[in-house]
Amino acid sequence: MKKTKKRGDIVDALSLPDLCRFCQADEAWVIELVDYGVLEPKGRTVAHWHFVGNNIARAKKARRLTRDLGINVAGIALVLDVMEERDAALRRLAQYEKPGG
Amino acid sequence: MMDFKDYYDVLGVSKDASADDIKKAYRKLARKHHPDINSGATAEAKFKDVNEAYEVLKDPERRAAYDQLGQEPHHGQGGFRPPPGWDSGFSFSDSGPQSDAGFSDFFETLFRRGGHPAGGMGSAPGADSHGRIEITIEDAYQGATRQLSLRSPVVGPDGTVTLQDRTVSVVIPKGIAQGQHIRLAGQGAPGFGPGPTGDLFLEVTFAAHPIYRPDGKDLHLDLPIAPWEAALGGHVVMPTPGGKVDLRIPKNARTGQKMRLKGRGLPGAPAGDVYATLRIVNPEVETAEARAFFEQMAADLAFDPRAEMGG
Repeated sequence: MKKTKKRGDIVDALSLPDLCRFCQADEAWVIELVDYGVLEPKGRTVAHWHFVGNNIARAKKARRLTRDLGINVAGIALVLDVMEERDAALRRLAQYEKPGG
Repeated sequence: MMDFKDYYDVLGVSKDASADDIKKAYRKLARKHHPDINSGATAEAKFKDVNEAYEVLKDPERRAAYDQLGQEPHHGQGGFRPPPGWDSGFSFSDSGPQSDAGFSDFFETLFRRGGHPAGGMGSAPGADSHGRIEITIEDAYQGATRQLSLRSPVVGPDGTVTLQDRTVSVVIPKGIAQGQHIRLAGQGAPGFGPGPTGDLFLEVTFAAHPIYRPDGKDLHLDLPIAPWEAALGGHVVMPTPGGKVDLRIPKNARTGQKMRLKGRGLPGAPAGDVYATLRIVNPEVETAEARAFFEQMAADLAFDPRAEMGG
């Protein structure tokens, strides 16, 4: 068993090519996600785009949903919105339920 | 030795199911157990099982080879060992799924085939690996070091694949939030030839916490207060990940009222906040003295909590 110690960096801001590599996806697919408002990159032109914050996790989630369930981009936009609403609702619900109950 | 996997059972189909039935069963189960749609530790394991089963049963060559392995051995015989030459006459078209994590030993041993023998011609960067790591909110607040066991298929010089276990100590950066990724450079799959090794990306999830509910860098919690604390206001001591702090409760505080403690959430620029939602809790009346207090309140206070209901 090999042992190594590694300092992790937080993945913080990714350019379009970096995001494509990170998600194992092509640029056209990422651009479509931007067109549907699933991702909101900073930077005015495509060459200057960078994806920050929860955009990175959203892109990866979108990739998994496409790969595993065959959902297209319009469907992903809807699923992610609905899931965010659900998560917010679950957080609020947790306020009314005793921990562990 | 390893456990035999009944892939038909995993997908809930019979041994003579058509390719179409298998696909339908898979799609339904994939939706049901997808880890992005269902949180919970069991969903992820179940989803992996379903994918592994489908990876074998959707491919006619693999399915035929799997069917030849026969039935699960009788109990007491220990694990499962494939007979020699069990796969002769079958060819597998690819080197298995491009999934984030390896499948079971059973799958890896029987179906995983190396694509390129190591040290072959050419050069290509190694693939990135992706995984998840569960940490506590305290780990995220203070930073931490966690041991991570990794198992990765390694292609030998002759093209055969073995699974190699290794342990990596991961330094969790302070202030990381749920859903963010940690990159470990050079910890992915090895490159081909002189190609560089890929990176390992770990998606951070927080273990359920008895007190805090995370939302980005903010932390939410319920803060129980006594009726007199709510009525009179004053200072109470409450927990935050950085230690106990004093919170001023306003006079006539209500249940559901939210108090913000700026900058007391997960660290960063800017740091997150802590939101305490007040919840008035009544003491249980067990003594005659306590009963007398409440009876006096009932007699002296003109209070109708249902006044707005028009009752």
